[in-house]
Amino acid sequence: MIQMKLISKRFGSINPLSIDSYMNADGYKGLEKALKMHPNKIIDELEKSRIRGRGGAGFPAHTKVRALSKQSGDKYIVCNADEGEPGNFKDRSIMENDPHAIIEGMIILAYATGASKGIIYIRGEYQNAIMIMKASIKAAEEKGLIGENIQNKSFDFKIEVRSGAGSYVCGEEFSLIESIEGKPGRSRTKPPYPTEKGIHNLPTLINNVETFANFSHIILMGGDEFAKIGTKSSTGTKLISLSGNVKNKGLYEVPFGTSIRDVIFKLGKGVKNNRKIKMVQLGGAAGPIIPEYMLDMSIDFDRFENFDSKTGTGAIIVIDDRFDLFDILLINMKFFVNQSCGKCAPCREGHVQIVNLLNKFINHRATEKDLMSLENLANVIQQTSLCGLGQSSMTSIISSLRYFRDDYFSKVRY
Amino acid sequence: MINFKINNIDIACEENTTILAAARQHNIDIPTLCNYPDLEIKSECRVCVVEIDGRKKLFTSCSTIATEGMIINTNSPKVLNARKTIIELILANHDASCTACPKNLNCELQSLANKLGIDDNRFPTVLEVKPLDNKNPVLIRNINRCIKCGRCIDVCKNVQSMSVLDVMGRSKDIEITPAYGKFLSDEYCVYCGQCASVCPVGAIIEKDDTDPVWEAINNPHLHVVVQVAPAVRVSLGEEMGMEAGSIVTGKVVAALKYLGFDAVYDTDFTADLTILEEGTELITRVTTGGTLPMMTSCCPGWISFAEQRYPEILDHLSTCKSPQQMFGALAKSYYAEKMELKPKDIFVVSIMPCTAKKYESQRVEMRIDNVNPDVDVVLTTRELSKMIKQMGINFESIEEVPFDKPFGITTGAAAIFGATGGVMEAALRTVYEIVNKEELTNLDFKSVRGLEGLKEAEVELGGQKVKVAVAHTLENAKLMCEQVKAGTSPYTFIEVMCCPGGCIGGGGQPYGTTKEVRQKRIDAIYSVDENMEIRKSHKNPDILALYEDYLEKPNSHKAHHLLHTYYHARKK
Repeated sequence: MIQMKLISKRFGSINPLSIDSYMNADGYKGLEKALKMHPNKIIDELEKSRIRGRGGAGFPAHTKVRALSKQSGDKYIVCNADEGEPGNFKDRSIMENDPHAIIEGMIILAYATGASKGIIYIRGEYQNAIMIMKASIKAAEEKGLIGENIQNKSFDFKIEVRSGAGSYVCGEEFSLIESIEGKPGRSRTKPPYPTEKGIHNLPTLINNVETFANFSHIILMGGDEFAKIGTKSSTGTKLISLSGNVKNKGLYEVPFGTSIRDVIFKLGKGVKNNRKIKMVQLGGAAGPIIPEYMLDMSIDFDRFENFDSKTGTGAIIVIDDRFDLFDILLINMKFFVNQSCGKCAPCREGHVQIVNLLNKFINHRATEKDLMSLENLANVIQQTSLCGLGQSSMTSIISSLRYFRDDYFSKVRY
Repeated sequence: MINFKINNIDIACEENTTILAAARQHNIDIPTLCNYPDLEIKSECRVCVVEIDGRKKLFTSCSTIATEGMIINTNSPKVLNARKTIIELILANHDASCTACPKNLNCELQSLANKLGIDDNRFPTVLEVKPLDNKNPVLIRNINRCIKCGRCIDVCKNVQSMSVLDVMGRSKDIEITPAYGKFLSDEYCVYCGQCASVCPVGAIIEKDDTDPVWEAINNPHLHVVVQVAPAVRVSLGEEMGMEAGSIVTGKVVAALKYLGFDAVYDTDFTADLTILEEGTELITRVTTGGTLPMMTSCCPGWISFAEQRYPEILDHLSTCKSPQQMFGALAKSYYAEKMELKPKDIFVVSIMPCTAKKYESQRVEMRIDNVNPDVDVVLTTRELSKMIKQMGINFESIEEVPFDKPFGITTGAAAIFGATGGVMEAALRTVYEIVNKEELTNLDFKSVRGLEGLKEAEVELGGQKVKVAVAHTLENAKLMCEQVKAGTSPYTFIEVMCCPGGCIGGGGQPYGTTKEVRQKRIDAIYSVDENMEIRKSHKNPDILALYEDYLEKPNSHKAHHLLHTYYHARKK
């Protein structure tokens, strides 16, 4: 068995629109247990579980939670469901199949940190998920799981659903905060970080949908037990959005440490028409492009950190040998030209020039000097951009310059 | 104390100090572009990046706090390359026809490019040329030159609370513009010009009106007179390479004479006149139960703000014209008679620290014959410096000359009009003596001086204690207006100036105006005051003679016709 269903175990077997159906399948048991624990003890369990954020950056979840719990006054807990990274559909799947798992995770964190305001920020295009989450919040309110004096534990927590106008960058935490405040999605200067000054300058904790869905499982099985799943640096399971030229596209859940090859060939049943794999892009448009010979690499935060990428999102996009590297790069880079918020200079001006340079390669007009320019510019955008968008958008260029350098040379005019 | 290293130099600084601030304290230069003293840290241009040992990314020194043991390199090959690349990227989307730009040799982007050794751009231009916003009488917005640093947004929103400018669009299509990409003239813009004064490039700049002035000077049929505002004499020197706060009164007069003006007068004279008119108006309002608090009306930016945003409180504004307009009105009436000239043969030019004065001079209310403007052209301090440079005048060595007569004698009270609190102090010196019928022993009302946003003082007038307030920047003006509107204002008299620091920090002043520079100009202005023989407006013999000769008495019918105006609510 390659798959290990933890987050997705209820997918398809419960009615997502029925809270009772969820409760009959161990739903809200984690919350019940958590409410009997001291808030600090909950954070200790999260620390023991060594769970890392599932949004991409892979930041240890407990540090943010503890930072928030130390802040006083009004606080926000935000579920980042602005899943805009091309090739990802795991957050939507959780919302549409097991919405209460997210709400349960948020209530547990609210109890652990003393936050009273919750927001689920859902990508505007996900109308179905928005509808389901709103209905689920209402159902939880009716059961007294959200509202005032929850379960007589004298803590209040309210959740509302918000959505943006469909900008990719709103998945970046500060842009998301700006968007929630009703402003255009543009990042802010750090520090201060969100856990110090977030929404309306109040302490704010932002986690990915999948991270929230993990919390009740951690509480139920205990942090130590959870930490046994996966690898030393990456505990638990990972939802994988498998797409591209594979036979069985779809959502899979595997423990960390599973190899990419196993996901593609054992779960995805290999490439259509048995063609050869030219390359695989991990994580999405902001992820690295690797060649076939690297597929034995295991899915693990530390392994992926070599690419400075958002691989934590868990997308695997398989591209067969009918495609040219530059087709893919150009699609990626045009995407970033459109999606940069325009606030900082390297990201705003850089992506336009990257597209210009790529077009030179595509038209066989590039010189060796252009190759140097491209490499230099990609590095500068990555090193100097203000937010995660510009810091990660160059990953496909930088990784392909490493693993597909011959493809570049083949287009250079001497 | 935090100990760390920059470029192998041991640095010790206070906790919570940014790397940039710490570096500057130790004379280590890190280039910046979007950064501006006294404004928010934006970290948008990314030019000030530095390398921190053990970290892959580069960090902006303006926003990164130095921590214990950091090892920082501000000039590593990686940093230098990144900086150069970023400036090249910005230049590739910038109208870099430098010699056709008024900011040539005064442009921060240009000097940065030069400093970083950019003599060729690796990136082709991606500039899409867009039309100019020049539909208003004061400012020209050229977004083809804009580098989106956000300084203008910051100053408009946070200093002036106007929020006329903001970012529109995203990515490469981003534009800094009034809402919906409209023109400044479609908006609640008061033309204070603070945006132009902080713009690092030539994207927002005042309209150049030097050509009509040259034409007038060279027209033998015109008698061209020029007036110089109080704040210009403590700032023009900066444009000429002198220290901030240099007092150059006599040099300005000499330079203007050299340029060919027929007569050079001092706006200080009509500032004294303003005090008599406004002081008398205040006394009348207090004694006859008129609308109080009375608010000053010398500042055109503030007047526009009140007309647009607070039409309910227009009765509180003094009806006095500003000193500039009083001068214009007198020049085309009293002065014309005296010189036996037709008003239309007199061409009045003002040298102002202000961009909004250009708008003020064009108001229809500012025409005593209802046809021709009383002040024909307004030039900013910066425009005057341009004319001086065009004529090749060696400003520093030019021999000082006094102002011309008949408006020759001015007082210290008029000089301080240029600083925030100055009008209030000048008015108090006069009103106190007139009402209390006793001589003031201490002329210095120190509590209304300085860069504090809101200041107040209490004076005894006719046996009762009266509270007065001074506000500068529109952010603070707003607070005053809200109080007045709600009827809760505890004050009798309020001075409002639109620009931070008053006119010495005006939108038409030399570039690089910071808090420090403002303070130096203010210090200079008070030293001008101290060294004046007469320091009270009502003791100015030329003013008294003018009343005797022509205006009869303060607030007389004639004075009202020439020196007072009215206001009306308007949208833009």
